Amino acid sequence: MSLRLRQHSVLPGFGLTLGITLLYLALIVLIPLSGVAIKTFELTWQDFVANLTSPRVIASFRITFVVAGLAALINAIFGLTTAWVLERYAFPGKRIIDAFVDLPFALPTAVAGIALTAIYAPNGLIGKHLDAIGIKAAYSPLGILIALTFIGLPFVVRTVQPVIADLDAEIEEAAASLGATRFHTFRRVLLPALWPALLTGVALSFARALGEYGSVVFISGNMPMKTEIVPLLIVTKLEQYDYAGATALALVMLGASFILLLVINVLQWWARQRHA
Amino acid sequence: MSAATGINLSARRTSTSPAITEPWPVRLLLIGIALAFLTLFLFIPLATVFHQALAKGLATYLASLREPDALAAVRLTLVAAAISVPLNVVFGVSAAWAIAKFEFPGKNLLTTMIDLPFAVSPVVAGLIFVLLFGLQGVLGPWLREHDIKIIFAVPGIVLATVFVTFPFVARELIPLMQEQGTDEEEAAVSLGANGLQTLWRVTLPNVKWGLMYGVILCNARAMGEFGAVSVVSGHIRGETNTLPLHVEILYNEYNFAAAFAAASVLTLLALLTLVIKSFLEWRIQRQFAEAARMLQGDAA
Repeated sequence: MSLRLRQHSVLPGFGLTLGITLLYLALIVLIPLSGVAIKTFELTWQDFVANLTSPRVIASFRITFVVAGLAALINAIFGLTTAWVLERYAFPGKRIIDAFVDLPFALPTAVAGIALTAIYAPNGLIGKHLDAIGIKAAYSPLGILIALTFIGLPFVVRTVQPVIADLDAEIEEAAASLGATRFHTFRRVLLPALWPALLTGVALSFARALGEYGSVVFISGNMPMKTEIVPLLIVTKLEQYDYAGATALALVMLGASFILLLVINVLQWWARQRHA
Repeated sequence: MSAATGINLSARRTSTSPAITEPWPVRLLLIGIALAFLTLFLFIPLATVFHQALAKGLATYLASLREPDALAAVRLTLVAAAISVPLNVVFGVSAAWAIAKFEFPGKNLLTTMIDLPFAVSPVVAGLIFVLLFGLQGVLGPWLREHDIKIIFAVPGIVLATVFVTFPFVARELIPLMQEQGTDEEEAAVSLGANGLQTLWRVTLPNVKWGLMYGVILCNARAMGEFGAVSVVSGHIRGETNTLPLHVEILYNEYNFAAAFAAASVLTLLALLTLVIKSFLEWRIQRQFAEAARMLQGDAA
């Protein structure tokens, strides 16, 4: 008996479709990604470390990770509230508002970038009021936070919403009939059921925020050491033909992406276990 | 990342029992917070695009869209989408057929790999093609010898667009085709249909709304991509500028009205995408509800 790659099926086309899939995956994704690794091997270890430990690079990593984390946190709080309101309460215009939650997925990031900058610049609609009380929104870390919150907005809402919809009303009724207050029920019954989905949404929005470029370049002001994010620094190094420096940064960002992809997969597996 | 862009199949419900809802002041407060959040981050930016685009009047608005560089940017954006969307449809259908209809080792790994482009920063996505095809790149010297230009030219833009839109169709189709199982396809094959007939007559009609859902999201991203395309484009006006890059150039030249005019075109595209997407979600939910009703009818 020969070793079988797949379990028996009467359906045709397994070899052809898997072949197309693997070929296309290799050509478009895997081979190009491995180019980064090849280029990194051309660097000596000292060069690699020197590229990653310059003060400007460290500052950009700090601002990128901290602000992406804060944006994910803001989206966790307001995303959960939005998902709850959209799923549980009735109010006029709800369905249209629900559809609009996906706007950051559909709107090109450059458009989001210039629109947010226009609003939060010192002479902008909201920026001028913030400026009056001494808060600089655009061209400061706060501007980056605003842009990253925008682009990560749908993730928490869309991961938590279906779980809220599937919650069993009987469990909440049981909690209420056993004397739990509504707040108690939320903390002890509902929130534990929502945790896996909420964390998945937060991880997705954090992952998206880490790599974001288009919306941030317009609003951040791009000052080295202050408001320069890692993706922008990669572009800057490329424009200066510093391929080694850009590659070293890209490798770290790719590493972060892979770890987050793994975390998200584990979280989704956990959510499915909870759901089943 | 399937949950985030995936189709929500669960039925909607609004609870009315007083024991399992919040007192009305709490409800009002939560609705207020959610609406304030969405107004701040969605509706004000949306209104700003059109307000700024029309700030210097309709004539300026229309003139800036008729400019040759703007038209060239629109053309290149359409070309990039017209190549990347069909490629990703062929790939998506193939991947979904192999993954959803067969059992084989390494399937979960393959599904995760398909998601990779979503996890990679757009800038890194552009960079990998520069490292491969750029002058200093792995294949750079060979390409130069043969006078082939990929980076700072249209092929690079298409490649970067294909990369960032790679997972869209596959990830919508895989869960949908898994859900539908293999019974209908097996019946078709046992009645003498060949593979292509089965795909065309049985599988695709069953997943057509999901396929269109993937296509519409793929198209929106293809036309709107900025970071990856920006890295490989070289920003040559009239040649390697897509519409989002055109927005950037105009903005950096302080030509705000024209920048927002071009942005408004992309915003209209995004709004159209949302409308079609909502329609498709409604169709898919209806399809699932009908299937559930038929199952119940069978059981009775």
